[in-house]
Amino acid sequence: MEYAFEARGLVKRYGKTTALAGLDLSAPQGTVLGVLGPNGAGKTTAVRILATLLRPDEGRAFVGGLDVVKDAAKVRRLIGLTGQYASVDEDLTGMQNLVLIGQLLDLRKSEAIARATELLAEFGLADAGARQAKTYSGGMRRRLDLAASLVGRPDVIYLDEPTTGLDPSKRDDVWNIVRGLVKDGVTVLLTTQYLEEADALADEITVVDHGRSIAHGTPAQLKQIVGGQTILARPADPARLAETEAILTSVSGRPAESPSRGVVTVPVDGDAQFTEAVARLAQAGVSVTELSLRLPSLDEVFFTLTGQRATDEEAA
Amino acid sequence: MTTTTLSPVQSPKTAPTRSQPRPFGLVRHSLALARRSLIKTIRTPEQLLDVTLQPIIFVVLFVFLLGGAIAGDTHQYLQFLLPAILVQTVVFASVATGVSLNTDLKKGVFDRFRSLPIGRSAPLIGSVLGDLIRYVVATLSLTICGLVLGFELVNGIVPALAAVVMTIGFAFCLSWAFVLLGMVLREPGAVQGVAFLTMFPLTFGTGMMAPVDTLPGWLQSWVQVNPVAHAMEAARGLMIGGPVAGHVVWVVAWGLGLLAVFAPLAVRAYRRRT
Repeated sequence: MEYAFEARGLVKRYGKTTALAGLDLSAPQGTVLGVLGPNGAGKTTAVRILATLLRPDEGRAFVGGLDVVKDAAKVRRLIGLTGQYASVDEDLTGMQNLVLIGQLLDLRKSEAIARATELLAEFGLADAGARQAKTYSGGMRRRLDLAASLVGRPDVIYLDEPTTGLDPSKRDDVWNIVRGLVKDGVTVLLTTQYLEEADALADEITVVDHGRSIAHGTPAQLKQIVGGQTILARPADPARLAETEAILTSVSGRPAESPSRGVVTVPVDGDAQFTEAVARLAQAGVSVTELSLRLPSLDEVFFTLTGQRATDEEAA
Repeated sequence: MTTTTLSPVQSPKTAPTRSQPRPFGLVRHSLALARRSLIKTIRTPEQLLDVTLQPIIFVVLFVFLLGGAIAGDTHQYLQFLLPAILVQTVVFASVATGVSLNTDLKKGVFDRFRSLPIGRSAPLIGSVLGDLIRYVVATLSLTICGLVLGFELVNGIVPALAAVVMTIGFAFCLSWAFVLLGMVLREPGAVQGVAFLTMFPLTFGTGMMAPVDTLPGWLQSWVQVNPVAHAMEAARGLMIGGPVAGHVVWVVAWGLGLLAVFAPLAVRAYRRRT
């Protein structure tokens, strides 16, 4: 398989702290690799190594077949970096930011201006191009950030927590941009703390904790790790919750639980049991407003793998 | 584990604007980054207070507070002080490059510069070049202030311009020491603190405010090796008359020496800083 980028056994230590403890990451061309993990898992360190900003203590990394340490200058022509750390200059206008990057990428002035104009239009910033970036809203800043990383038409783009701090509608904008990039053949490395984001965008996900990969696979494969499926039922009459719980427990043979008010869930082995549950609930005359057979969420995957709630980690 | 041979990905968007290396990259990139620095200065003119208002206040204070006591006459003292205070102001202004680079490094935009295929020294050269505007502004504001107060360019305009060029050239070389400080220290405040500690003996341990022969012997020895003191005497010589050549040699030798030592160290420190 041809990888757009590949990292093997990356180790990075800061004094006594080990940021990376032998991390492997790779993605085939034209795909999105989601790197999922709590704060301090080593996601940003890995991105910085792949973006030639940091040298690994051990291990090697390649972008487009080029070594990020030995061929750093060539690698820099293939990559775009954006996210929580790489950003734009707030005192410059949107246009000036993009033109500067174009010039640093050896475009002629006229080409740099043409490319900047094109990107501003593409990212809905045409009217804001003459304004200083510090006057931009959070969503506009993030779009300008993304545009800045695309000036050189990179083959590989690193998005380091690109939607942290954005409200959901702005987050959808960024997601759509990422999907558009992939359609154009770009390979994306996306780090995120949001399981939902990795699920929505990534072809494959590497779960990182304490500087190493603890799981890798497609979102569906990762969900399999947690084990089978779950039946979720919400009785129309909340008073019949206990009765619903009893029925589901007897169908599954395992204890049902009520994760949130008015809802009962129970793990099952296959969809045959779902059919049975439907029949039994109908027989008992329990009408439901919600009844589904679902794969576990990535939240649950994360919990199973690390013993931590990813969301708790954010607050820590 | 198998070793995978990778081939560069061909993006369908590969278009004529795809960046290609062109010659003289370091010069072009440094100039583009100097322009960025210039735009930032113009957008936030309050950053120029230390090279506009502050030196004017110094001149007015010194001339009217000390002029009578030291020279017996404020006009005489203005003639004596202005060339030297011009040197002091420009040399002092070179600290700001280190401070602003230290602030800048913490912002993400420097990570982006680092991820681009440009010379490692380009962002530093760009900042140092962009800050030349500060020296020019300092020179202009002091010259205007001096002329308003009655300063006379005894030797005419060309030697005065030569004094300005020498001073700015020296400040450019010295600023690399502060760029190094900016790379090595963690906080902008620390950069400013350490830089000012070195600046006071450099700029006040001179014949700026009082004739050198009135100083105690140990201080005269310092003045004799201090490049800023030589720059001040050379500027005086060029603007109001007096010996020049010997002082200029000191200034040029020190300037080139500082540049040769601190510019490579600063670039190396920038490379290592993560």
